[in-house]
Amino acid sequence: MRYLATIWTIWKEEDEFDREEGARYREFAESAAREGVLRGGEVLDHPSSATVVRVRHEETLLTDGPFAETKEQLTGYFIFECDHLDQALALAARIPGARHGAIEVRPLLDMDAQM
Amino acid sequence: MDEIFRDHYAGVLAWLIRVTGDFGVAEEALQEACMVAVRQWPRDGLPNNPAGWLAVVARNRALDAIRGDRSRAAREQAVNSSSKSYSDDFEIEDERLRLIFTCCHPALSLDIRVALTLRTAGGLSTPDIARAFLVPEATLAQRLVRAKRKIRAARIPYEVPTPDRLAERLDGVLAVLYLIFNEGYAASSGSTLVRSDLCDEALRLTRMLSTLMPAESEVRALFALMLLTNSRRPARVDEHGEPILLGDQDRGGWDETAIRLGLAELDQAARHAEPGRYFIQAAIAAEHALAVDAEATNWARIARLYRTLMRIAPSPVIELNRLVAIAMAEGPELAYAGLAPLAEPLEHYAYFHATRAELLRRLGQRAEAIDAFSRAIELEQNEVQRASLQRAITALRASADTDRSQPHRRSNRGVS
Repeated sequence: MRYLATIWTIWKEEDEFDREEGARYREFAESAAREGVLRGGEVLDHPSSATVVRVRHEETLLTDGPFAETKEQLTGYFIFECDHLDQALALAARIPGARHGAIEVRPLLDMDAQM
Repeated sequence: MDEIFRDHYAGVLAWLIRVTGDFGVAEEALQEACMVAVRQWPRDGLPNNPAGWLAVVARNRALDAIRGDRSRAAREQAVNSSSKSYSDDFEIEDERLRLIFTCCHPALSLDIRVALTLRTAGGLSTPDIARAFLVPEATLAQRLVRAKRKIRAARIPYEVPTPDRLAERLDGVLAVLYLIFNEGYAASSGSTLVRSDLCDEALRLTRMLSTLMPAESEVRALFALMLLTNSRRPARVDEHGEPILLGDQDRGGWDETAIRLGLAELDQAARHAEPGRYFIQAAIAAEHALAVDAEATNWARIARLYRTLMRIAPSPVIELNRLVAIAMAEGPELAYAGLAPLAEPLEHYAYFHATRAELLRRLGQRAEAIDAFSRAIELEQNEVQRASLQRAITALRASADTDRSQPHRRSNRGVS
């Protein structure tokens, strides 16, 4: 069973990338990989660098900035392979961003099973 | 037949979840099996082992459901290869506990944990649960469907948490057990005031939990609270099924053994950590159990205990109970003055209007009291309570015609 853990943290316009936090992420990713549960994951660049794309009536519309203008922004994600939710939640609690932001844990839909 | 279903529902369901590995499939299959039973049993007679019959029929249904879904070949394999059968050596108690902890998983919102446990482990109907929570039935049904979908989709594990996680998972479980007990003690609907089966069920599950977690003082305190409250059960209803107010109950009819047991449990609970909400509620129940009559009850202490409870777990219903104690300790004026902020949150709560009516009656405001009693009757689902409220109105109308200055007996309708 695969779970997507999205990381939602406050990253203000003027904030630089936090190298210490970056090191903590690397450490977490390495230990999750050793445990054999990590299936992917990245840290994202600043939300202000995002562009939103929509196609309406065959026309492509672009919007500057992230999709949701919320206080906490999507700043990264991991994909875990777990037996059940408790395991995924325990991993999510170890993600550095959980200490100041929030982690949303959500199962991935098994597309083969849906077709 | 309803009774047979209720007795075996949770046990068979727990077994089905174990065998199919799917909460939703198991529940649907069991409901279908119950429908088959409703058609077949009256015609062919009751099977020797109704639970075993339901289990086999439901398992076959579950198998059909899983077969219909090609993607679940692996799970079908699992069901087929399962050597487990529904028999006497099946640990039903463990399985029900497992079921409760799954229903009370913290990834579900608290009200859903409670509702789901009442539905699946407690065997309550959705309308009963909706009334206990003061929410519309359709809303609750929708929430239950969503919760079951989440259990399946997010794969919430079907297990009792490991010892290191057990304590944190306990709060929701205790809340659920207490609600089941309350639903039994003051059945929200139907023609009987007390549904003893639910009280017994809650007591049984709580005792089991207490054995499993002896160091958890709140489990013990909750068990004490249930025992002490339940000790009044034999004296609470007369031979016609009419409710008897706490003040009018024959205290000789209270269950001495349950009181002794409850006080001993409370004593044990007091030795552990600082008092929690169930400990305080048990202390309140102990005050009632120890008083020779309503007059001799230490209402001031009870009001103080409710105030402490308001600090730990504030709720409009607890505040209402505090005001009832104040009315007993200090008279109706102060209590009535405190009702105003509760009018909105408890607008649809029959007991709020009944309490208001009782206070108005004691304040000599007959017309207003009759109005409030009428509102309580509109909201009250329990026929026995409704009849009792109706008699209060009749008595008020009669007394209006006779001596207006005659003092009324002090009574405390709420705590019974």
